[in-house]
Amino acid sequence: MTANLRLSYFLPVVIVLVLAAIFWSYLGEIKDGKSIQDLPSALIDKPAPVFKLPGITASDKGFDSTVLKQGKVTLVNVWASWCAPCRVEHPRMMQLAREGVAIYGINYKDTPEAAKGFLAELGNPYKTVGADRTGKVSIDWGVYGYPETFVVDTKGHIRYRHVGPIMAQDLTDKIRPLIKALSK
Amino acid sequence: MIKAGFIIALFAALVTGLPVKAVEPNEILKDPVLEQRARALSKDLRCLVCQNQSIDDSDADLARDLRVVVRDRLKAGDSDKQVMAFVVARYGEFVLLKPPVNARTSLLWGGPALVLLFGAIGLVLWFRRRSSATAEGLSADEEKRLAALLDDNAASGETDR
Repeated sequence: MTANLRLSYFLPVVIVLVLAAIFWSYLGEIKDGKSIQDLPSALIDKPAPVFKLPGITASDKGFDSTVLKQGKVTLVNVWASWCAPCRVEHPRMMQLAREGVAIYGINYKDTPEAAKGFLAELGNPYKTVGADRTGKVSIDWGVYGYPETFVVDTKGHIRYRHVGPIMAQDLTDKIRPLIKALSK
Repeated sequence: MIKAGFIIALFAALVTGLPVKAVEPNEILKDPVLEQRARALSKDLRCLVCQNQSIDDSDADLARDLRVVVRDRLKAGDSDKQVMAFVVARYGEFVLLKPPVNARTSLLWGGPALVLLFGAIGLVLWFRRRSSATAEGLSADEEKRLAALLDDNAASGETDR
């Protein structure tokens, strides 16, 4: 009887503590800049999709998935001239390019003129840019928000996906260390 | 007269009118059977941009593209399962509005049963305690003490008056 009573006294306290622990861990994630809308990529540790994209204009070179398997860590950045966060992110792309990182751009649903204008105005950090006018290749990559950036390892496997603009802290906390670790 | 007719027509249109869907005419497949399957599949696929809508309901650009992808796969001869697997391979299980039953979702699916179980256990314990409390009654000692107390009370009540 008394044992029962004690248990029912403490049960609410236990429930509150468990819930507090769960909420606390979620709060921590939000503080780390994670949003519940950031979905895990289904392609992590899987080979990058096979595709072939034309260049922005007929005279530009495009690229296909074989460039991701040349024994170098590569970044694949999905962007569009109409995407404001892409503009915000752009200086970091330039920074990485200056550091010698190979970045391939997938230009999502853009017009050649607007895409060219974007690169002419802000600079071109990309080794090559492929134009995905229908958005089909981006769907193969599981893209749902713009910009998105993928880190592809030396064997052509996707190791990391970043949704939204890459900020300075993302570079120091995640992108640079990961490229370094994968380059070994 | 014209007015009455107009109101009847308006009412009829409101009652029988189909809800407007996001699916655009140029997306619809010529084969009605395939289109039917595409619609059914689209209702179970989450729009990743507006995360609580299906791609069948959503006007988002990506939802439109995914509807087209679903139809392309069906036209290529995929089964319903293959189409779903195609989308899940790219966007993960989160894209399914109806989560599959597996180890990772066991708590989600088993949760209601667990709550019911705990409730039932609580109810049984509660009834048990109540019935045991009424069945015990008073011991001989307690009867004596009670009688003494009542006597005492009665006596003091009289002197007070």
